[in-house]
Amino acid sequence: MSEKQETLIMNGQSLAFRTGQTLLEVAEAHGIPIPTLCHLKGTSPTGACRVCVVEVEGARTLLPACSTPAAAHMVVQTESRRVVAARRTILELLLASGNHNCAVPSEENGDWTEFQLRVQAADQTDDLCPAWGDCKLQELAYAYQARSDRYPRTAKAGLPPELANPMIVRDFSRCILCGRCVQACNEVQVNRAISYGYRGADSKIVAAGDRPLADSDCVFCGECIQACPVGALVEKKARYTWRPWKDHKIRTTCPYCGVGCQQWLHVQDGRIVKVSGVEDAEPNRGRLCVKGRFGYDFIYSEERLKTPLIREGDDFREASWEEALDLVATRFKAVMDTHGPDAIAGVSCARSINEDSYQMQKLFRAAIGTNNIDHCART
Amino acid sequence: MTNSFNEFARAKMFMVIGSNMTEAHSVAATYVKNAVAKGARLIVVDPRRHALADHADLHVPLRVGSDIAFLNSVVQVLIEEKLYDQGFVASCTVGFEDLKEKVQAYPPETAAAICGLDADLIREVARRISAVKPMMLCYTLGITEHTCGRNNVLAVANLQMLLGNMGVACGGVNPLRGQNNVQGACDMGALPNVFPGYQPVINPEAREKFATAWGVDRLPDQNGLMIPQMMEGLVDKSVRAFYIFGENLANTEPDIRKVEHELASAEFLVCQDIFPNETTRFAHVVLPAAAWSENEGTFTNSERRVSRVRTASPAPGLARPNWWIFREIARRLGHEWASDSAQAIWDNEIAVLAPQFGGIQYGRLDGDGLQWPCPDEAHPGTCFLHKDGDFTCGLGVFTPVDWTPPAEQPCEDYPLVLSTGRRLAHYHTRTQTGRCDGMNDILGEETVDMSPHDAAGLAIAQGETVRVRSRRGAVCAKARVTDRVPRGMVWMAFHFREANANWLTNPVFDPVTMTAEYKACAVRVEKV
Ligand code: SF4
Ligand code: SF4
Ligand code: SF4
Ligand code: FES
Repeated sequence: MSEKQETLIMNGQSLAFRTGQTLLEVAEAHGIPIPTLCHLKGTSPTGACRVCVVEVEGARTLLPACSTPAAAHMVVQTESRRVVAARRTILELLLASGNHNCAVPSEENGDWTEFQLRVQAADQTDDLCPAWGDCKLQELAYAYQARSDRYPRTAKAGLPPELANPMIVRDFSRCILCGRCVQACNEVQVNRAISYGYRGADSKIVAAGDRPLADSDCVFCGECIQACPVGALVEKKARYTWRPWKDHKIRTTCPYCGVGCQQWLHVQDGRIVKVSGVEDAEPNRGRLCVKGRFGYDFIYSEERLKTPLIREGDDFREASWEEALDLVATRFKAVMDTHGPDAIAGVSCARSINEDSYQMQKLFRAAIGTNNIDHCART
Repeated sequence: MTNSFNEFARAKMFMVIGSNMTEAHSVAATYVKNAVAKGARLIVVDPRRHALADHADLHVPLRVGSDIAFLNSVVQVLIEEKLYDQGFVASCTVGFEDLKEKVQAYPPETAAAICGLDADLIREVARRISAVKPMMLCYTLGITEHTCGRNNVLAVANLQMLLGNMGVACGGVNPLRGQNNVQGACDMGALPNVFPGYQPVINPEAREKFATAWGVDRLPDQNGLMIPQMMEGLVDKSVRAFYIFGENLANTEPDIRKVEHELASAEFLVCQDIFPNETTRFAHVVLPAAAWSENEGTFTNSERRVSRVRTASPAPGLARPNWWIFREIARRLGHEWASDSAQAIWDNEIAVLAPQFGGIQYGRLDGDGLQWPCPDEAHPGTCFLHKDGDFTCGLGVFTPVDWTPPAEQPCEDYPLVLSTGRRLAHYHTRTQTGRCDGMNDILGEETVDMSPHDAAGLAIAQGETVRVRSRRGAVCAKARVTDRVPRGMVWMAFHFREANANWLTNPVFDPVTMTAEYKACAVRVEKV
């Protein structure tokens, strides 16, 4: 692999690049924005959406930046009139291809209201699209002033959403067939649960012969949700609850296995409403598994222990901290006095934070006076 | 782990032994699969043909508990055929001659009979793993949860040292830790023989240092008890008071009937947890704790990375942080501790007392955290250990070990071997995942996984409820007939109380580590 430095001209600036980089990578490295929809970092480019097209001097057609290798002395325009017009057309065709009922600019030609009503009937709610405000198509439609009614709406709008699994809602009526979910499932997580199915106008993302996800090889890692740029794949638990403008993101570490994936907790009104993977973070680079992505709501269970309890016969009664802690200390002291500190033993928790384990071993060693402290290191 | 997850995707060769990575460490497995997609070689050594084996060049379906025979035999071939790293062995290790002598007893034909493998497959493995360098070795509880668990670990280390795969990126010995903070709990000295940072309690200087820091005259100088010994102590009354923090021992330890008898014998039992569970039933005092996202703190993952844990919402009711509870008890025992937050505990105590963490401060942990050893504040942390053959004790020491079979062998009455583990959608005894919407829909009950051959022999149909019986107990669950499980094996998890495999498992332990033999006991399967 050669690491040779070359230069090309992008929007009039001379930019250095390494051979092997794509035009998109060169632009990103120099802070020049190029819109993308189908490109998923770290996977092979599919060139499905063409929204990343740029104008390259000497090339007959516009070229997709995500899959065109940079070459020395290339002269590239990323936002020329031709480029902008092409992107607008692509976006308008995508808007017309499904139930994209967000308030993107449209002419007042009558069918807008009727369209809204139809979508709301399909969604069985008058709520906004679940991806509203967090949709790349919506964002680009605004940026390029694409109209949603330039082209006739296609039939896909009629496809019903798949709700038949506990975690993921697949809304085919909003799918733009960018293929990012397929890349995420096959190239990132390598679960091979979904792929492109059918051809032409019937194209659809399918799981194992067009079956519900629940009957496929899907392991509900949710990588595809995180990859979907629109509202076609959303977390069932967060659908219509999570809204980007209410969201407060907190970075933390997964409480389950020893990989220690980095998570965003999406908190609204003091509650975690969804979890996503932190992109570009070590060790997981945005990836999570089913436990990390969907295993968060136990903390709000009504069964949580909320008050100290003291045994009374076969039952427990509620107690104050003062009473419970005094009782523990008194009983421990009595055992220490009568039988010595080694008659007390403790097991720490391999799920809790370091500081808790430190504190517990300190309690046993320094305050009680025994090394009888262990944890489930072995399970 | 000696190495890091970011090396997985770049590795050229893996041997994964006793690790159902796609279910137990899913995200780690994605990197292995990424590497394989880019041409890396993968050898999966496991009695079960679990999902990762679908991506492997070679699956070695050895008999449960025959790992040492297999590994010693591979070592024997490597030495016999001179395929090992002679330079590394000569300059960075000691004890090679002992190893060489030991493995003479394990030629492939002998090992093949013990492992239920073809002798040529063993030779093939040796040739393949020596053909690509470095090879990254990963293991999990399939190695440790045996009465010979410690020896298994030594056999694995022998192999990697012999191949010269230590101290290099994309190599090393990499045990994936089961629970999110097992690494951290060990690092923090929640072990009967070491203070934080693995400083031995029998070392007078270490005791002196901690005694001064903690403001006490003296600290106990004898190693303490391990969990199985504590439990037995409850019955023989050498342990009078028992404090269980966040573990559901009544479901996680082998032989539930025995464990519950032990818990019921406790004179005074304190349980500190976030939910009532099977263990808190035996408590005299239950203390309600703040959970994961109700705390500030740190976890340390398998690759020794210390990462932040942050508060998203307040704890319910009167529940309090665990460190606060311990501090309050210490206060009542006459000890006033200054640190009054997790950050103060880390920055002012842990980082000061344990040299490995000396350079780790909360202020440096935003972003991706730091991997220890990180001795000073300018240190960037350590991706992989033993760089350039630099082992903690100087040279890498080969420790030859002999194969010993699992304690309980199949027999006429109990002809099958039960092996246990974890399934993807649940975590341990389900106190958490069982209370998350949707998780029980993905997996709602335990199954008895068995081979088509054994199922046919017993006339058991897919989904039929069967009884599994061991010398200790019996449970009923639906049969899941699958060719991923080999003949002669039954496989179950411990996520559900009713059909918990631990009603059946054998409470025998590795004599040194006291790890239980969860991976092998004798059972029979009956129609109900
Ligand atoms: S949840 Fe994971 S396994 Fe299932 S389709 Fe999405 S990416 Fe694939
Ligand atoms: S479901 Fe989403 S990610 Fe997948 S093809 Fe459709 S729009 Fe793209
Ligand atoms: S998200 Fe999954 S793989 Fe990652 S730490 Fe959590 S349990 Fe482990
Ligand atoms: S982003 Fe380049 S073709 Fe879609």
